[in-house]
Amino acid sequence: MDAIVIILALFLLIGVIFNGLGVLGLLRFPDLYTRMHAATKATTFGSVFTSLAVVVFGLWSYFRTVDGQFLTLAIHAFIATLALAITNAVSSHALARAGHKMGIKPMPAVCDKLEEFSP
Amino acid sequence: MIPFIITALFGFFIYLVFTAGSGNIGLWSSSELIAGGALGILTGIVTRNFLCRKRNYRMVNPFRLAVLACYIVIPFFVEMTKANLDVAYRVITMNIRPGIIRVHSNLKTDFGIFMLANSITLTPGTITVDIDEKTHDLYVHNINVPTGEESKEVFQDHELFTYFNLPSWIRRIAE
Repeated sequence: MDAIVIILALFLLIGVIFNGLGVLGLLRFPDLYTRMHAATKATTFGSVFTSLAVVVFGLWSYFRTVDGQFLTLAIHAFIATLALAITNAVSSHALARAGHKMGIKPMPAVCDKLEEFSP
Repeated sequence: MIPFIITALFGFFIYLVFTAGSGNIGLWSSSELIAGGALGILTGIVTRNFLCRKRNYRMVNPFRLAVLACYIVIPFFVEMTKANLDVAYRVITMNIRPGIIRVHSNLKTDFGIFMLANSITLTPGTITVDIDEKTHDLYVHNINVPTGEESKEVFQDHELFTYFNLPSWIRRIAE
Protein backbone atom coordinates (compact mmCIF):
# COMPACT_ATOMS: atom_id res chain seq x y z
CA MET A 1 0.00 0.00 0.00
CA ASP A 2 1.35 3.37 -1.05
CA ALA A 3 1.69 6.30 1.30
CA ILE A 4 -0.32 8.39 -1.14
CA VAL A 5 -3.31 6.05 -0.83
CA ILE A 6 -3.24 6.44 2.94
CA ILE A 7 -3.09 10.25 2.66
CA LEU A 8 -5.99 10.33 0.20
CA ALA A 9 -8.07 7.99 2.37
CA LEU A 10 -7.33 10.19 5.40
CA PHE A 11 -8.49 13.35 3.60
CA LEU A 12 -11.65 11.64 2.35
CA LEU A 13 -12.35 10.24 5.82
CA ILE A 14 -12.02 13.68 7.48
CA GLY A 15 -14.28 15.18 4.81
CA VAL A 16 -16.97 12.53 5.16
CA ILE A 17 -16.89 12.72 8.98
CA PHE A 18 -17.43 16.51 8.96
CA ASN A 19 -20.17 16.25 6.32
CA GLY A 20 -21.87 13.62 8.47
CA LEU A 21 -21.61 15.88 11.54
CA GLY A 22 -23.23 18.64 9.50
CA VAL A 23 -26.21 16.41 8.75
CA LEU A 24 -26.44 15.36 12.40
CA GLY A 25 -26.41 19.00 13.52
CA LEU A 26 -29.12 19.85 11.01
CA LEU A 27 -31.33 17.26 12.67
CA ARG A 28 -30.49 18.03 16.29
CA PHE A 29 -30.18 21.82 16.61
CA PRO A 30 -33.28 23.78 17.72
CA ASP A 31 -33.67 26.84 15.44
CA LEU A 32 -32.77 28.38 12.08
CA TYR A 33 -29.49 30.04 13.07
CA THR A 34 -27.95 27.17 15.00
CA ARG A 35 -28.99 24.78 12.23
CA MET A 36 -27.25 26.99 9.72
CA HIS A 37 -24.02 26.71 11.71
CA ALA A 38 -24.07 22.97 11.17
CA ALA A 39 -25.55 22.87 7.69
CA THR A 40 -23.35 25.45 5.98
CA LYS A 41 -20.05 25.51 7.82
CA ALA A 42 -19.34 21.92 8.79
CA THR A 43 -20.15 20.91 5.24
CA THR A 44 -17.79 23.58 3.86
CA PHE A 45 -14.95 22.13 5.91
CA GLY A 46 -15.87 18.58 4.81
CA SER A 47 -16.06 19.59 1.16
CA VAL A 48 -12.72 21.42 1.39
CA PHE A 49 -11.09 18.19 2.52
CA THR A 50 -12.75 15.99 -0.12
CA SER A 51 -11.67 18.51 -2.80
CA LEU A 52 -8.19 18.59 -1.28
CA ALA A 53 -8.00 14.83 -1.82
CA VAL A 54 -8.74 15.42 -5.53
CA VAL A 55 -6.08 18.16 -5.70
CA VAL A 56 -3.43 15.95 -4.09
CA PHE A 57 -4.32 13.04 -6.36
CA GLY A 58 -4.14 15.27 -9.45
CA LEU A 59 -0.75 16.78 -8.52
CA TRP A 60 0.71 13.40 -7.62
CA SER A 61 -0.43 11.86 -10.92
CA TYR A 62 0.90 14.90 -12.81
CA PHE A 63 4.38 14.65 -11.32
CA ARG A 64 4.43 10.89 -11.98
CA THR A 65 3.16 10.83 -15.57
CA VAL A 66 3.61 14.50 -16.76
CA ASP A 67 0.19 14.33 -18.38
CA GLY A 68 -1.57 17.69 -18.69
CA GLN A 69 -5.03 16.41 -17.86
CA PHE A 70 -4.09 15.70 -14.24
CA LEU A 71 -2.82 19.27 -13.76
CA THR A 72 -6.14 20.51 -15.16
CA LEU A 73 -7.99 18.25 -12.72
CA ALA A 74 -6.02 19.56 -9.73
CA ILE A 75 -6.39 23.24 -10.67
CA HIS A 76 -10.10 22.96 -11.37
CA ALA A 77 -10.73 21.19 -8.07
CA PHE A 78 -8.77 23.95 -6.30
CA ILE A 79 -10.82 26.69 -7.97
CA ALA A 80 -14.01 24.83 -7.07
CA THR A 81 -12.85 24.83 -3.42
CA LEU A 82 -12.24 28.58 -3.43
CA ALA A 83 -15.59 29.28 -5.11
CA LEU A 84 -17.34 27.02 -2.60
CA ALA A 85 -15.80 28.82 0.38
CA ILE A 86 -16.60 32.34 -0.87
CA THR A 87 -20.16 31.63 -2.06
CA ASN A 88 -20.96 29.67 1.10
CA ALA A 89 -20.01 32.60 3.33
CA VAL A 90 -22.03 35.12 1.33
CA SER A 91 -25.10 32.91 0.93
CA SER A 92 -25.29 31.92 4.60
CA HIS A 93 -25.00 35.61 5.55
CA ALA A 94 -27.86 36.39 3.12
CA LEU A 95 -30.01 33.59 4.55
CA ALA A 96 -29.45 34.70 8.15
CA ARG A 97 -30.18 38.35 7.34
CA ALA A 98 -33.35 37.47 5.40
CA GLY A 99 -34.48 35.22 8.25
CA HIS A 100 -34.05 37.98 10.83
CA LYS A 101 -35.82 40.53 8.64
CA MET A 102 -38.72 38.09 8.19
CA GLY A 103 -39.15 38.09 11.97
CA ILE A 104 -37.68 34.68 12.77
CA LYS A 105 -36.18 35.15 16.23
CA PRO A 106 -33.33 33.02 17.56
CA MET A 107 -35.48 30.80 19.74
CA PRO A 108 -33.26 29.69 22.62
CA ALA A 109 -31.09 32.78 22.91
CA VAL A 110 -29.26 34.44 25.80
CA CYS A 111 -29.19 37.82 24.07
CA ASP A 112 -30.35 39.47 20.84
CA LYS A 113 -28.63 42.82 20.31
CA LEU A 114 -29.91 43.11 16.73
CA GLU A 115 -33.56 43.18 17.83
CA GLU A 116 -32.85 46.06 20.21
CA PHE A 117 -31.15 47.89 17.33
CA SER A 118 -33.82 47.42 14.63
CA PRO A 119 -37.36 46.79 15.93
CA MET B 1 -7.10 53.37 -19.18
CA ILE B 2 -5.65 51.88 -15.97
CA PRO B 3 -8.92 50.06 -15.06
CA PHE B 4 -8.95 48.54 -18.56
CA ILE B 5 -5.37 47.26 -18.26
CA ILE B 6 -5.94 45.79 -14.78
CA THR B 7 -9.19 44.07 -15.78
CA ALA B 8 -7.72 42.70 -19.04
CA LEU B 9 -4.64 41.29 -17.25
CA PHE B 10 -6.84 39.78 -14.54
CA GLY B 11 -9.08 38.10 -17.15
CA PHE B 12 -6.02 36.82 -19.03
CA PHE B 13 -4.58 35.42 -15.78
CA ILE B 14 -7.83 33.63 -14.91
CA TYR B 15 -7.97 32.16 -18.43
CA LEU B 16 -4.38 30.93 -18.09
CA VAL B 17 -5.17 29.30 -14.74
CA PHE B 18 -8.15 27.48 -16.23
CA THR B 19 -6.27 26.17 -19.26
CA ALA B 20 -2.93 25.23 -17.61
CA GLY B 21 -1.55 21.93 -18.92
CA SER B 22 -2.85 22.29 -22.48
CA GLY B 23 0.45 22.49 -24.40
CA ASN B 24 4.19 23.04 -24.32
CA ILE B 25 4.87 26.84 -24.32
CA GLY B 26 5.34 26.89 -20.57
CA LEU B 27 2.20 24.95 -19.71
CA TRP B 28 0.00 26.36 -22.47
CA SER B 29 -0.53 25.80 -26.18
CA SER B 30 -0.20 28.75 -28.58
CA SER B 31 -3.90 28.70 -29.53
CA GLU B 32 -4.90 28.96 -25.87
CA LEU B 33 -2.54 31.92 -25.36
CA ILE B 34 -4.02 33.79 -28.36
CA ALA B 35 -7.61 33.01 -27.32
CA GLY B 36 -6.81 34.10 -23.75
CA GLY B 37 -5.36 37.40 -24.92
CA ALA B 38 -8.36 38.14 -27.13
CA LEU B 39 -10.85 37.24 -24.40
CA GLY B 40 -8.87 39.27 -21.84
CA ILE B 41 -9.07 42.40 -24.01
CA LEU B 42 -12.80 41.82 -24.61
CA THR B 43 -13.40 41.36 -20.85
CA GLY B 44 -11.43 44.50 -20.12
CA ILE B 45 -13.51 46.57 -22.55
CA VAL B 46 -16.86 45.31 -21.23
CA THR B 47 -16.28 45.21 -17.45
CA ARG B 48 -13.61 47.89 -16.83
CA ASN B 49 -15.95 49.94 -14.64
CA PHE B 50 -16.95 47.06 -12.35
CA LEU B 51 -13.67 45.76 -10.96
CA CYS B 52 -12.16 49.20 -10.26
CA ARG B 53 -15.33 51.09 -9.48
CA LYS B 54 -13.74 53.36 -6.87
CA ARG B 55 -10.54 54.07 -8.84
CA ASN B 56 -8.61 52.62 -5.94
CA TYR B 57 -5.67 50.39 -6.86
CA ARG B 58 -4.42 49.28 -3.43
CA MET B 59 -5.16 45.60 -4.05
CA VAL B 60 -2.94 45.39 -7.17
CA ASN B 61 0.13 45.69 -4.91
CA PRO B 62 1.84 42.24 -5.07
CA PHE B 63 2.89 42.47 -1.41
CA ARG B 64 -0.75 42.72 -0.32
CA LEU B 65 -1.68 39.76 -2.55
CA ALA B 66 1.16 37.69 -1.05
CA VAL B 67 -0.02 38.53 2.48
CA LEU B 68 -3.58 37.60 1.42
CA ALA B 69 -2.45 34.15 0.21
CA CYS B 70 -0.44 33.68 3.42
CA TYR B 71 -3.47 34.77 5.47
CA ILE B 72 -5.74 32.15 3.89
CA VAL B 73 -3.25 29.29 4.24
CA ILE B 74 -2.02 29.74 7.83
CA PRO B 75 -4.06 31.85 10.33
CA PHE B 76 -7.45 31.54 8.68
CA PHE B 77 -7.19 27.80 8.14
CA VAL B 78 -6.02 27.20 11.72
CA GLU B 79 -8.94 29.22 13.11
CA MET B 80 -11.35 27.39 10.79
CA THR B 81 -10.09 23.97 11.92
CA LYS B 82 -10.29 24.89 15.59
CA ALA B 83 -13.80 26.29 15.21
CA ASN B 84 -14.96 23.25 13.22
CA LEU B 85 -13.78 20.92 15.99
CA ASP B 86 -15.64 23.15 18.46
CA VAL B 87 -18.90 22.91 16.49
CA ALA B 88 -18.45 19.16 16.09
CA TYR B 89 -18.18 18.92 19.89
CA ARG B 90 -21.35 20.99 20.28
CA VAL B 91 -23.27 18.92 17.74
CA ILE B 92 -22.57 15.79 19.77
CA THR B 93 -23.07 17.20 23.28
CA MET B 94 -25.76 19.87 22.50
CA ASN B 95 -23.97 22.18 24.94
CA ILE B 96 -24.99 25.53 23.34
CA ARG B 97 -25.75 29.09 24.47
CA PRO B 98 -26.76 30.89 21.25
CA GLY B 99 -27.21 34.64 20.98
CA ILE B 100 -26.71 37.63 18.70
CA ILE B 101 -23.91 39.94 19.85
CA ARG B 102 -22.69 43.31 18.61
CA VAL B 103 -19.09 43.40 17.43
CA HIS B 104 -17.12 46.59 16.91
CA SER B 105 -14.23 46.69 14.46
CA ASN B 106 -11.76 49.42 13.67
CA LEU B 107 -11.66 48.61 9.94
CA LYS B 108 -12.66 51.50 7.72
CA THR B 109 -12.70 50.36 4.10
CA ASP B 110 -15.52 48.38 2.46
CA PHE B 111 -13.14 45.62 1.37
CA GLY B 112 -11.79 45.24 4.90
CA ILE B 113 -15.28 44.95 6.39
CA PHE B 114 -16.20 42.47 3.65
CA MET B 115 -13.19 40.29 4.46
CA LEU B 116 -13.83 40.47 8.20
CA ALA B 117 -17.53 39.57 7.80
CA ASN B 118 -16.70 36.62 5.55
CA SER B 119 -13.94 35.41 7.85
CA ILE B 120 -16.35 35.52 10.78
CA THR B 121 -19.00 33.66 8.78
CA LEU B 122 -16.60 30.97 7.57
CA THR B 123 -15.29 30.15 11.02
CA PRO B 124 -18.17 28.02 12.30
CA GLY B 125 -19.92 28.97 15.49
CA THR B 126 -20.35 32.55 14.25
CA ILE B 127 -22.53 33.97 11.45
CA THR B 128 -22.61 37.63 10.47
CA VAL B 129 -26.33 38.44 10.45
CA ASP B 130 -26.40 42.18 9.76
CA ILE B 131 -24.22 45.27 9.61
CA ASP B 132 -24.72 48.79 10.93
CA GLU B 133 -24.07 50.92 7.86
CA LYS B 134 -23.04 54.02 9.80
CA THR B 135 -20.63 52.69 12.41
CA HIS B 136 -19.57 49.49 10.55
CA ASP B 137 -20.50 47.40 13.60
CA LEU B 138 -21.34 43.78 12.87
CA TYR B 139 -24.19 41.77 14.39
CA VAL B 140 -22.90 38.24 14.85
CA HIS B 141 -24.86 35.14 15.81
CA ASN B 142 -22.60 33.21 18.13
CA ILE B 143 -23.40 29.59 19.00
CA ASN B 144 -21.70 29.81 22.39
CA VAL B 145 -21.80 33.20 24.11
CA PRO B 146 -19.41 32.91 27.10
CA THR B 147 -21.16 32.73 30.47
CA GLY B 148 -21.73 36.13 32.05
CA GLU B 149 -20.99 38.11 28.89
CA GLU B 150 -24.51 38.16 27.38
CA SER B 151 -25.22 41.61 28.84
CA LYS B 152 -21.99 43.07 27.48
CA GLU B 153 -22.89 45.88 25.08
CA VAL B 154 -20.10 45.70 22.48
CA PHE B 155 -17.47 43.05 21.76
CA GLN B 156 -14.14 43.88 20.14
CA ASP B 157 -13.52 42.05 16.87
CA HIS B 158 -10.41 40.12 17.97
CA GLU B 159 -12.29 38.52 20.89
CA LEU B 160 -14.04 36.17 18.44
CA PHE B 161 -10.83 34.41 17.45
CA THR B 162 -8.61 32.24 19.61
CA TYR B 163 -5.08 31.83 18.31
CA PHE B 164 -4.50 34.56 15.72
CA ASN B 165 -5.53 38.20 15.63
CA LEU B 166 -7.31 38.00 12.26
CA PRO B 167 -8.54 41.65 12.20
CA SER B 168 -4.96 42.96 12.34
CA TRP B 169 -4.01 40.66 9.45
CA ILE B 170 -6.99 42.01 7.48
CA ARG B 171 -5.94 45.57 8.31
CA ARG B 172 -2.51 44.83 6.89
CA ILE B 173 -4.05 43.43 3.69
CA ALA B 174 -6.91 45.81 2.96
CA GLU B 175 -6.02 49.17 4.45
